[in-house]
Amino acid sequence: MSDNTVNAQQKSGAVQTTGHAWDGDLQEYNNPLPRWWLWSFYGTVVFSVLYWLIYPSWPVGDSWLKGMSTVNYTVTDKATGKEQAQEYRWNTRSQLLEDLGTAAGDQQRKAMLAKVQAASYEQIVKDPQMMEFVRSVGKGLFGDNCAACHGRGGQGVVGMYPNLTDDDWLWGGSMDKIHETLVNGRKGFMPAFGAVLKPEQLDDVAEYVLTLSNEVPASAAAERGKEIFQGQVGGCYYCHGANGKGLASQGAANLTDKIWAIADVSAQKTPQDKKTVVKDFVTKGVNNTRVMPAWQDRLSPIDIKLLAVYVHQLGGAK
Amino acid sequence: MSEETNQQLYQKRIPIYPRSVKGRFRTLKTGVLVLAYLVFFLLPWVRWERLNAPDQAVLYDLPGRHFYIFSLTIQVQDIFWLAGVLIIFAILLFFVTGLAGRIWCGYFCFQTLWTDLFMMIEHWVQGERPARMRLDKAPWDREKLIKKGGTYALWLLVAFWSGLTFTMYWVDAPTLVIEFLTGRAPYAAYFTTLFLTLTTFVMAGLAREQVCTYMCPYARFQSAMFDHDTLIISYDSARGEGSKGRAKLGKGIKTREERQAQNVGDCIDCGYCVQVCPVGIDIRNGLQYQCISCALCIDACDAIMDNMKWPRGLIAYTSENALNGRKTTLLKPKTIGYGVILTAATGILIWSVLTSAPYTAMVEQIRQPLYTRLSDGGIRNSYEVKLNNKLTVPMTVAVRIEGLPGATLDMDGMERLELAPQQRIKLLARVQLPPRQDDDHEGRERREHDGEREKVNFIIEVLEGAKTAPIQRQVPFYLPEGD
Repeated sequence: MSDNTVNAQQKSGAVQTTGHAWDGDLQEYNNPLPRWWLWSFYGTVVFSVLYWLIYPSWPVGDSWLKGMSTVNYTVTDKATGKEQAQEYRWNTRSQLLEDLGTAAGDQQRKAMLAKVQAASYEQIVKDPQMMEFVRSVGKGLFGDNCAACHGRGGQGVVGMYPNLTDDDWLWGGSMDKIHETLVNGRKGFMPAFGAVLKPEQLDDVAEYVLTLSNEVPASAAAERGKEIFQGQVGGCYYCHGANGKGLASQGAANLTDKIWAIADVSAQKTPQDKKTVVKDFVTKGVNNTRVMPAWQDRLSPIDIKLLAVYVHQLGGAK
Repeated sequence: MSEETNQQLYQKRIPIYPRSVKGRFRTLKTGVLVLAYLVFFLLPWVRWERLNAPDQAVLYDLPGRHFYIFSLTIQVQDIFWLAGVLIIFAILLFFVTGLAGRIWCGYFCFQTLWTDLFMMIEHWVQGERPARMRLDKAPWDREKLIKKGGTYALWLLVAFWSGLTFTMYWVDAPTLVIEFLTGRAPYAAYFTTLFLTLTTFVMAGLAREQVCTYMCPYARFQSAMFDHDTLIISYDSARGEGSKGRAKLGKGIKTREERQAQNVGDCIDCGYCVQVCPVGIDIRNGLQYQCISCALCIDACDAIMDNMKWPRGLIAYTSENALNGRKTTLLKPKTIGYGVILTAATGILIWSVLTSAPYTAMVEQIRQPLYTRLSDGGIRNSYEVKLNNKLTVPMTVAVRIEGLPGATLDMDGMERLELAPQQRIKLLARVQLPPRQDDDHEGRERREHDGEREKVNFIIEVLEGAKTAPIQRQVPFYLPEGD
C-alpha cells in the first residue's frame, strides 16, 4: 500500500469521510446524495401514499384497497331502454364508461336517435341527415341481427334467403310492410305438386312459368301448362294470380319479373336446365324452409324502426 | 492534480446586468417588439363574423378539427399546408441567416423579445446597471424586498398574460377569460396557461442568455450557415487597436490625431459595449457563438464615437471579407439557391390555398352486392356520395351522372341538396341501367362474354354558394355475367 491513503479529492476537500477509521487507515467516503435528488425522492414517497389512498392499489387479505375516487356514469337497460345513473369506484373500466357517456359523439348520437324516434317514416326518408344516421346505425344493427342469413349487404342467398336489395318483395316492400315482417316474422309456404300433378304436367307448368318472364319462347307445352296454372288442376293462380304477378298477402312470388328467389333460373344457361330447376321446385314446394323469425321480443322498437328504414332503402326505397 | 479536480462540470451563472442604450438599432428592436406584441396580444380579440362557426378571427379549434384564419378555414384534410408553412419558415431562416447572420436571434426570436421586455421591467423598477448591481449585493432590507418582489410580480403578471393569450388562440378568447377567472375553464386551459406562465417566467426572467447559449439548438447550427460574406457584428480591431492596442483617454492621447500619432487605436476602452451586451460577451474578442447579433453594442459604440466626434463604425455590421479588405458578395449561389427554393415553396403554398376547392366530393361504390338485378331485368349499382362543405356559408349542390347511356340516378330526391356551412354528409346514390332491348332468351344466348364492367361519371356541381368548377368522379358500374 502506498503512502497516500488520502486521495486527490480529499486533498482538495471535495469529498469528506465519515470520520471513522478501521485497521488504522481504512476510511469511508461520505458522498451524500444531491439535495435536489433527495427532496424529489421524498416527494415521490408522499405522492405514492396519496396515490394508494385515492386509487385502487394494494391487495389486503382477500380484498384490496379500493381507493376513495369514484366515477359516475349512466347505464342503459337493454330490455327497457331506460337510463340509470350509477356510481362506482374508480377503475379504468368505469372511467371509460363515463367518458363514453359524456363524449361529444355520444351526445350527438343520442340526440339523433331521439329525433329519429319522434319522426315519421316520411320525414325520415326526406331528411339527408337522418338518413345518414339510419344508414350508419342500421348497418351495425343489420350486421348484428340480419346479416347471418341475408348477407352483409342484404343480398341474400338464392334458394334460401331473399335478396333485400332488389325491388321485388314477396310480402310487400312498403316501410309498414317491412316493419310488420320484422315484428311478426314470416313463414313462406307453397304446396308440393309432385303428388298432385303428373311429371308431364309438371313439365308443362314449368314451361309456362318460364314464358311468363320471357325466359323461353311460347310453345304448345306452355299452352298446356297455362291451362293447368289457370285451371283447377294446378290452381296455381290462387296465390300467384291469373297473370302470375303473385299476391303479396300470401307471400307468393311474382313469376313475370326477372327475379328468381328460390329456383335459380338466372344461373342456368340452357332452356332445358331452366325448366329442370323450375320443375324441381314445383314438385317439392316450400314447407318450413322459408322462415323469417319475429323480432319484436329481441329488438327494441327503435331498433326495429331503424331496421325497417334501413332495409327499405336497401331495396330502392320504393 | 488539485487543478484538475477543481474543474467543475457545472458552470455557475455569472449575473449579467445589461446597461440600457439608445440608438437606431435599439429603436428598431423596440419597434419590432411593439409590433410583435400588438399582433400576439391583440389577435385573439379580433372578431370575424362567420355563419355557424366561431367568430374569432384566428382560432385553432382542435376538438372541432378546424383552423380558422380570417376568411380561410382549414380542415383536417388540408393540414399538409402546415407542413408547407414549416418548410417555408425553415428555408426563410436559412436564407436570412446565410445573408444577414443571426437576424432572427437579434430581433425576432420570442426569447429575445420576452427577455427584452423583462429587462425593461427590471430597469424600470430597480434602476440602471449600477443600481441593480448594488441592490443584488445589498442585504435583504425593505427596499430590496419591495424592488425585487415588485419586479418578480410584474414578470409573473406578464408571463401569465402571455400564457393566457397563447391559450386564447385555441378557444374563444372572451369566454376563456371569464371561465378562467371563475374557475370553469377546461383543465387543458389551466395546464397550458400555467405551463407557459412558468416557462416564460423562468426563461425570460431567470435563464435569459443561458437559453440561447445552452438550450437553443438553432444558435449552434447557425454557424454552419455562415460564410465569409455573411453579415456579422464585428469590432474593427485594426482601427480600434492600432499597433499599440486600445487605451483609455489620458494625457497626450486625448484627441484622435494625438492617438494616431502615437499608434494608439480609436477604442477608448470605456467598456460601454460590454455593459450593454445582454449575453455578457466582449465583442472586441471577435465573433463568438454566444452573440445573438442584437446590435446593441453598435448603438453603444456609436454613441461614444458621436460624443468624441469621431467617425462611427468602430463596431458595425460587416462581413469577414469586408474586414479583411475584400469585397462582400451578396449574390452567392447558396443565397440564390435558398431564394429560389423559398420563392417556389411560397408560391406552391399560395397556389394550393387559392385553388383549393370550397367543397369536397367523393363517390365510392357499395361493393356488397356489386350489382342488383331488378324485376324488369335492369341492373342497379349503389354508391355512397360524400359531400363536405368547407366554407362557412351554405351552398347548394347538385349531383348527376354522365357516360352510361340510358342510366338513371336515384338519390331519393337528394340529387339537389342544400349543405349547411361546414356540413359533411354521406348520401346513397343508386344508378339504374334499364334492361337491354334484346334481353330475351335469344339475346342472352348471343352474349356469351364474361361479366363486364363499365364506367359512370358522377358530376357534382355547386349551384349556389360558391363559384367553382364541377367535380367529376369516375366509378365502375358492374354488370352481371353475360349482361
